[in-house]
Amino acid sequence: MATPRVLVLRAPGTNCDFETAHAFERAGAETQRIHINRILENPDVMKDFQILCIPGGFSYGDDVAAGRILANQMRNHLADVMQEFKVSDKLLLGICNGFQVLIKSGILLDDNENGDPPATLCWNDHGRYEDRWVHLKTTSDKCVFLRGMEQIYLPIAHAEGRFVMDGEQVTASLQSNGQLALAYTTPAGEAATGFPDNPNGAELNVAGVCDTSGRVFGLMPHPERFIDGTQHPRWTREGLQDEGAGMTVFRNAVEYFA
Amino acid sequence: MVLWEVDIYPATGQVDRRSAEIVSDVADLGLAAQVRVVAAHGYLLEGDLSEAEVQQLAAKLLADHVVEKTVVAQVGDAALNESPIGESSLVHVLPKPGVMDPVAMTALTGIQDSGAQATQVRTFSKYWLADVDSETVRVISDKILANDSIEQVIYGSLDLDRLEHGVAYEFELKTVPIRELTDDQLESLSSTGQLYLTLVEMQTIQQHFQDLDRDPTDIELESVAQTWSEHCSHKTLAGRIAYRDENGERQFDNMLKETIFGATVQIREELGDDDWCVSVFKDNAGIVTFNDEFNVVFKVETHNHPSALEPYGGANTGIGGVIRDPMGTGLGAKPICNTNVFCFANPDTALDDLPAGVLHPRRVMKGVVSGVRDYGNRMGIPTVNGALYFDDRYLGNPLVYAGNVGIIPCEMSFKEAHAGEWVVAIGGHTGRDGIHGATFSSAELTSDSESLSGGAVQIGNAITEKMVLDVLIEARDRGLYTCVTDCGAGGFASAVGEMGEEIGVEVYLDKCPLKYDGLNYTEIWISEAQERMVFSVPDENWQEFHDLCESEGVSANIIGKFQDTGRLVLKYEDHVVGDLTMDFLHNGRPPVVRDAFYEPPVVMDIDFEGTSASAADDLLSILGSLNVASKEWVIRQYDHEVQAGSVIKPLVGVANDGPGDAAVVRPVLDSWRALTISCGMNPRYGDLDTYHMAASGIDEAIRNSVAVGANPDRIAILDNFCWGYTDRPETLGSLVRAALACYDIAVDLQTPFISGKDSLNNEFSFFDDAGEKQTISIPATLLISALGQVDDARTCVTMDFKESGNVIYLVGTTACELGGSHWTLVRDMEGGQVPQVDTSLSRPIFRAVHQAISTGLVRACHDLSEGGLAVGLAEMAFAGGLGANVDLDNVETNGEFDGETELVTKLFSESNTRFVCEVKPENQEAFEAAMSGVVCKLLGTVDATEQLSISRSDVVEVDLPIAELKEAWQSPLRW
Repeated sequence: MATPRVLVLRAPGTNCDFETAHAFERAGAETQRIHINRILENPDVMKDFQILCIPGGFSYGDDVAAGRILANQMRNHLADVMQEFKVSDKLLLGICNGFQVLIKSGILLDDNENGDPPATLCWNDHGRYEDRWVHLKTTSDKCVFLRGMEQIYLPIAHAEGRFVMDGEQVTASLQSNGQLALAYTTPAGEAATGFPDNPNGAELNVAGVCDTSGRVFGLMPHPERFIDGTQHPRWTREGLQDEGAGMTVFRNAVEYFA
Repeated sequence: MVLWEVDIYPATGQVDRRSAEIVSDVADLGLAAQVRVVAAHGYLLEGDLSEAEVQQLAAKLLADHVVEKTVVAQVGDAALNESPIGESSLVHVLPKPGVMDPVAMTALTGIQDSGAQATQVRTFSKYWLADVDSETVRVISDKILANDSIEQVIYGSLDLDRLEHGVAYEFELKTVPIRELTDDQLESLSSTGQLYLTLVEMQTIQQHFQDLDRDPTDIELESVAQTWSEHCSHKTLAGRIAYRDENGERQFDNMLKETIFGATVQIREELGDDDWCVSVFKDNAGIVTFNDEFNVVFKVETHNHPSALEPYGGANTGIGGVIRDPMGTGLGAKPICNTNVFCFANPDTALDDLPAGVLHPRRVMKGVVSGVRDYGNRMGIPTVNGALYFDDRYLGNPLVYAGNVGIIPCEMSFKEAHAGEWVVAIGGHTGRDGIHGATFSSAELTSDSESLSGGAVQIGNAITEKMVLDVLIEARDRGLYTCVTDCGAGGFASAVGEMGEEIGVEVYLDKCPLKYDGLNYTEIWISEAQERMVFSVPDENWQEFHDLCESEGVSANIIGKFQDTGRLVLKYEDHVVGDLTMDFLHNGRPPVVRDAFYEPPVVMDIDFEGTSASAADDLLSILGSLNVASKEWVIRQYDHEVQAGSVIKPLVGVANDGPGDAAVVRPVLDSWRALTISCGMNPRYGDLDTYHMAASGIDEAIRNSVAVGANPDRIAILDNFCWGYTDRPETLGSLVRAALACYDIAVDLQTPFISGKDSLNNEFSFFDDAGEKQTISIPATLLISALGQVDDARTCVTMDFKESGNVIYLVGTTACELGGSHWTLVRDMEGGQVPQVDTSLSRPIFRAVHQAISTGLVRACHDLSEGGLAVGLAEMAFAGGLGANVDLDNVETNGEFDGETELVTKLFSESNTRFVCEVKPENQEAFEAAMSGVVCKLLGTVDATEQLSISRSDVVEVDLPIAELKEAWQSPLRW
């Protein structure tokens, strides 16, 4: 199997880069953590990689809005290289802050006629940062990263994770294209009906979204925080699993290049 | 130049959360019967910008078009002053000039990145308040919307035309004529100059300069004051103390060295080749061994006074500061988790009961929690452990303890700067932040210049510190520097002074990068601006070090040179502004000599008659008491899983919401070796005897770690004393007595102290309605923080009951120790014997429990603390979603009691070193064998009834549904 190379992007305030790289490596990839300034200096750096991952954290402090500054840097300076990456049968993954960046940069969803993203990730309904485990289910078979998965239990940790779409047309289009790939559910797997099952008030319980190809994916939950059994909040009562369910996300990415 | 304003409101149909929060706070504080609020946040943009550009920035950068709407105009334009809710009052809140405004800094970066020519940005909040009179508007502003220590309030429309602040500084050397001063004048200089030195210290300085035949410059005097300050030198506790108590008298030459530090020295000697301490009580944090590759580093600090004035900023910079301690230990540790302990007054305190100048405890608590949250989360460091403690004596003086654990490659645990190397400062720039009360008069915001309390209060910028951390680790691994320390209290004066203590150093103050113009050389030297670290960089590495920092946008500047002179030489451009010998600076301080005495209070007996009938109600009351009640509202605001090392989370159990005893973290992701982090504290015991309070705190911190699986022979602890005014012999005496317990217990348990810190004079004075001066001293508060180690994280256990049919054991002996207990607290009773620690019993118990846990014989383990056995059982039951049937007859007590005393003792006594263990029936025999050397009694079984039933002599004394117990525990702080 070819070993894909993963670029784990760092920016000021990125803080999940080590464990995300670790998860990719455990799935069999080669990884490199690279600062955004190096890409801005030489966008060709990206040509050496098959997977781009924007990990969690607080890029530029999430000042102004979560992910906004990094997203605008990409819009202003890296739009072409990102587009090239996207159409080259490569993979893009945004986790938490990375999802916010992918959405706000226009990389994940095409901009509307005003040049603005058709959806956003904004403040949690209850107005606070929240760390908790959530039940999720896949709601589309489009997304490469979610192949073979139905239900999954993962932690979220964010203040601005409420997915909101700009009007019914956007919703209808994303739904019919199978782009609303991951949803918050009750423990039984039914559609969540509010907090805490839907931890942030996201429309249609959306927890993760992919592009029309299924190769660009962003999600609020942190799969890299559940790759070992000991990371599960109840492993001491339910028994230690050989590995965490989040590993599948990274293994799917690596196996795409098999 | 035009000043633009961008107001951002929630879009139509979106919830206005900030407004809802304000309305709710107004109701909570009873400020108005009714109020309507609309809140906006916004940006003031200065620069060469057209309206179209500002509109574009508002749409594409500053606001989110999906959920927000904007109003854009020049400041003062009528469009900005149109009320969205009809007749209402308008309030603007802006950070005062010079106060850190991280969002504005980042916004400016974003604006410039887009090509627009902005030069300055400032953020603000804007509130429209309707249905309240102007007086109420002012009260709401004061109590909820703004804090005048860092923010300014402008009522009505904004009227300003520029943001720039700071004026160029013109050099002027200042000397302080000290040689001819009388004693009265020396004392006056000490207080008006905010030097806070004693007369004897001032006389020593005077003599020194008389001998030199010159007067000191202002910066020399400040340098001495900083170095000799309580904060930097710990002169009281490390000083000479004449102590006496009921056991006689004792003279200390250095109290800390002879008690807490002395215990560690003795333990290390006894361990010999097995010594696992690496560096204790000398670097910015203590270091112990972890595995072949890494050592582990731990430090806890306090940030009490800043948090009292500005809870958000105080706590924010408190955690920011303590994270820099491990970063500045050895050649730099990587922070891996945080712990935070806060002490507040009751958040339901009536507004009328607040003395003037005191922030409401609810506001303090919310501010402190958000301050810690925003810094820790942004740093990407999980906050895994903590505690909240409530006592009304913390009203004017809340306590904020912040701690950080880091890991460091073994071979990088020590550092040494050398003559000839550069002094390099990186990270944040220097402003007037944290200069003692200096008035920032050069700043202008309005035509009337607004004074700034630059003073003790600051706001941190976590991302600057995260960027510093990123380059620090890289530079460390490339071997680019020989020494590092953080800039904390005392700023450059303290950091550079300490690094150069054994060598000598020359500092170029004009080379320090500034946030704005106008700082004089002394302000630069003593500023406590955040997010700065100082390195010693050999010349051959400087370029690479500089380039590394530059490549990640981190400011790095040479600000001096270490020189083999034994002198501290301070220069501003070509002028020598200070020249002191390191010897005078560090060794010239006259010793502090203090008296201390302690008189133990007489133990009053508790009258137990008639108390047993309400056992069930007492249990519910204790579960709902603030110290015991669930802290989930706080915990979930902290990212406790970033870095992916989480093994045992702060909340555990079937619904992920039970109270875990200690956090467990794996710092190295491909290893199962883990760390436990726990704490112990009980100020109520200190009211009875600070010796037993300290002993109990140590026992509690250790047993919390042991309960999850830590090896008791590998637990390191920290001491953090927060006390009242220690110039009073009885107050200092109560501290010395606690330190004596620290020595005794640490040595007996072979548990070394590896670092510590004290915060003295925590008192709050005010004038009451009758004009009388009142002083509230905090209770003696000793936090013990424990750092344990687990060989294999997969052996760890949690406190929630696991399966119906398992049996329940109580390990340890129960004495009638209800003094300072939560049972007496909820019943508003006094008296009783304070819990004591018998180390001849506790050490074998810790080892036996660890043996049983590490060999997989224990399904659940919970330490018993506030509320005793009854609370412990209740917590295990509701956390596990299971019932239990327990018989108290088997509880082993250390005496014979009458019926009511016995029941209350067995249920609620807080005797130390006790654990409840849940064991599978098939492991009973092996478990009992493991416990053969210690007291261990079978109490009952876990069942599926969802009912906690506790009986004695065949009489059911407590029979409550676990749902009711859980609700009592969860509801008080479910905000």
